[in-house]
Amino acid sequence: MNARDDRAAPREAAELSRREFLSVALTAGGGLLLTLNVPGAAGAPEQSSALAPLNPYIRIDPDGTITIVAKNPEIGQGMKTTLPMLIADELDADWRDVRVEQAMLDAIYGPQFAGGSLGTPLNWIPMQRVGAAGRQMLLTAAARAWNVPLSECVAERGTVRHRRSGRTLSYGVLASRAAALPAPDLNTVRLKTPAEYTIIGRFTGGVDSPRVLAGEPLFGIDVSLPELSYAVYAKSPRFGARLVRANLEELKAQPGVRDAFVLRASQPDAAIKMGLVDGVAIIADKWWDAQKALRKLRAEWEPQAASNQSTRAFALEAERLARLSPQTVLRRDGDVEAALAHAHKTVSAAYTYPFLAHATLEPQNCTARVGRDGGVEIWAPTQNPAPGARLIAETLGIDPGKIRVHMTRVGGGFGRRLNNDYMVEAAAIAWHARRPVKLLWNRAQDIQHDSYRPGGFHHFTAGLDAEGRLTAFRDHFITFGQNGHVASSADLPRAHFPAGFVPALQYAQSLIQLDAPTGPMRNPGGNALAFAFESFLDEIAHAGGRDPLALRLQLYGPARVLPAPPPSYGVTIPPFDTGRVRAVLQDVAHRSAWAQRTRLPAGTGMGLAFYYSHFGYVAEVIQASVTPEGVPRIHKVWATVDIGRQIINPAGAYNQAQGAILDGLGQALHLLVTLDEGRVLQSNFDTYRLLRIEEAPPIEVHFVRSDNPPTGLGEPALPPALPALCNALFAATGERIRSLPIDAQPLRGAAA
Amino acid sequence: MHYSILVNGERRTVEADPDTPLLWVLRDDLHLSGTKYGCGIAQCGACTVHLDGVPARACVTPIAAVGAAPLITIEGIGASEWGRKVKAAWLELDVMQCGYCQAGQVMSATALLAKNPRPTDADIDQAMHGNICRCCTYTRIRAAIKRAAGLPTADTRKERS
Repeated sequence: MNARDDRAAPREAAELSRREFLSVALTAGGGLLLTLNVPGAAGAPEQSSALAPLNPYIRIDPDGTITIVAKNPEIGQGMKTTLPMLIADELDADWRDVRVEQAMLDAIYGPQFAGGSLGTPLNWIPMQRVGAAGRQMLLTAAARAWNVPLSECVAERGTVRHRRSGRTLSYGVLASRAAALPAPDLNTVRLKTPAEYTIIGRFTGGVDSPRVLAGEPLFGIDVSLPELSYAVYAKSPRFGARLVRANLEELKAQPGVRDAFVLRASQPDAAIKMGLVDGVAIIADKWWDAQKALRKLRAEWEPQAASNQSTRAFALEAERLARLSPQTVLRRDGDVEAALAHAHKTVSAAYTYPFLAHATLEPQNCTARVGRDGGVEIWAPTQNPAPGARLIAETLGIDPGKIRVHMTRVGGGFGRRLNNDYMVEAAAIAWHARRPVKLLWNRAQDIQHDSYRPGGFHHFTAGLDAEGRLTAFRDHFITFGQNGHVASSADLPRAHFPAGFVPALQYAQSLIQLDAPTGPMRNPGGNALAFAFESFLDEIAHAGGRDPLALRLQLYGPARVLPAPPPSYGVTIPPFDTGRVRAVLQDVAHRSAWAQRTRLPAGTGMGLAFYYSHFGYVAEVIQASVTPEGVPRIHKVWATVDIGRQIINPAGAYNQAQGAILDGLGQALHLLVTLDEGRVLQSNFDTYRLLRIEEAPPIEVHFVRSDNPPTGLGEPALPPALPALCNALFAATGERIRSLPIDAQPLRGAAA
Repeated sequence: MHYSILVNGERRTVEADPDTPLLWVLRDDLHLSGTKYGCGIAQCGACTVHLDGVPARACVTPIAAVGAAPLITIEGIGASEWGRKVKAAWLELDVMQCGYCQAGQVMSATALLAKNPRPTDADIDQAMHGNICRCCTYTRIRAAIKRAAGLPTADTRKERS
């Protein structure tokens, strides 16, 4: 699939509220079964009737056990806990009675994916309605049982109580009677006021956590089936190469090996689209045997004509393109050349950042079994199961309705598992071998066959007036493309700040041809653009003699709500609110004592950055210094976040914010993927240096509770961390960082 | 080759080549899949187990090297006093995000506290350096180790780190 397809998943979601309806049924045991039906949701294969006849959100057993289904994959973002909390609170369940079950991929649930920080905004109201409808039915059942007015009944912690008599009936007892009632209209069920919440807003531990710490088999890599074999799949180190021949007979003779065979690319551009590419499958009784046999592989690959690309060549090409007129003008406001010519002062700078790998700690893996009916059953740690099922169906040429996908717990997503190459590989191997297989990549394969965060080059010029105000802004963005199209996640949005806030502005772009796959990585675009734009904004502030905080407040201007943009990918976009920007900037400045930063010891500095993404407003301040050896030391991070009026689960929220900030700092400090002769040089954590515990500074996160609907937090806290750090290092040393990662060249050290 | 090893107090016999890493014997032969594969070269710590009470990376420990040393994995660590305390602190402060590295984190933290019940921040850095958390839950890992040790620490249930 094309990585852009993952964004199609939310497309159906905006339609959810008017298409959703409830259905009610009795479970076999006499309990209540409540589902939110989304008829014809195209985000998942049409399979519910044939393969999953009962897939409820809520099941109440006669013994009072409440089972709540979590529809989205759990990748560490906490949705397996958050979504059931929404249902359970409105249901007035006792959280201790709730068991959470992971849904299978099923059209009955509508879109099921983990991406775009959309879990909260898309499900906040629908999941509450599911719970509220259940509560209403249980209340009605109790009122009828007692023959009393509904208004005299209250639901609390898994029971209904009759106010006047004090009588109670448990949900378990009421469940079968409630199921006999007509389902209420979801649009008219009453939702609680925040004061009535008993679960929402409370520190709630992850529902799987005790089982993870017991070592239970929850992850994709842990899947076990009868007669299961293990598979490895060797692909060309150079992207897109064709397999000419391999020593299959020798591989088959290796100890423990059952079979070795060749699979062919599903389409010519499969490498770019993260589909099935040419490779050698080795199947063994033990994964270690397959892995050992892999070392004996002798394969001849025929590279594509242009597949000898390198990071070095990209840099040279970017230099050449920078001297030419941009290939495409993306946006033009006013007369930017005239505005620059008349500026009191101009500032120019070039920024660059590298390709990155996702490096989920659980390497890509998938288990597949072909059924007697020719259907395929999949167990996958995926963020995006529906496109994965479609990819398998297209590649194998089978009916999508014959593919069942179990969503396992996912050992890290970060966007890597929005693509489903490992799913189609496992399915194709099992299809060919006609036996159940678990495909597991080794770490080198994982780093060398990623959908990379694309690198990029920005050539900025800014014009300032005599007061240091920004009057003109120009970016020639040199990015990557494939046959004239911008590569996945390599684009500069036309609306990117400061567009719309500067009278004269031009965004233009030129493309470097790229033969390696790219894709979304946690905060796509923002994880790179924030570094370049927010660092350059710091340069503008210093060039104009302005406080970086004051410059931002002046640029965003007075508090106001801008006109809402049109829906994107079917999702309603809330309007941009400069008041929310001001609030988080001023709050973080206050908490970090930004105004007193000049009193810090020499060699210690503070940096500030703000970024709006995924509907979240995040401002961060970092205090840092540099050792005499030129190594950055991060003393502390302050972050102020506005994601609306309600933090659903503070346990997850603070963790997400802190984790995202550290993720960003790790990228800024160390991370780098190098291409050479069409292949990736890094292969493991010795060369791809993820952040470690001793590098993690204290982080203070504060949530501003603005009166807006809650939005997601997997991604928004990441982008400001990189420029806040670089701006802090500039304040500490006077050295401006315009190229990442920071450790690629030693800093000069403390200015002293 | 046949190997008889003592895993979580239980005698287990496996058939494996001498160079097979303990990790794959645990996962694929003994179905103790709580110990995780992350890198295969002792860089990430996801496969940390205790061999004779000392943390070891199972991905680079050949089965032939285990010998008579008692082996404890995440499945068995809760039987020890420190293992129980560490797991309780981990849950109390809700440390994990994806959770994939956390078995290894708990094994390293338990070994640290068994040896040094009042670790400083520097001790924690040193003992936990080899355990990567890709979700970067490091601030909570540090807090949970201190919580398990009964040392003062920021309470993640009351915001901030």
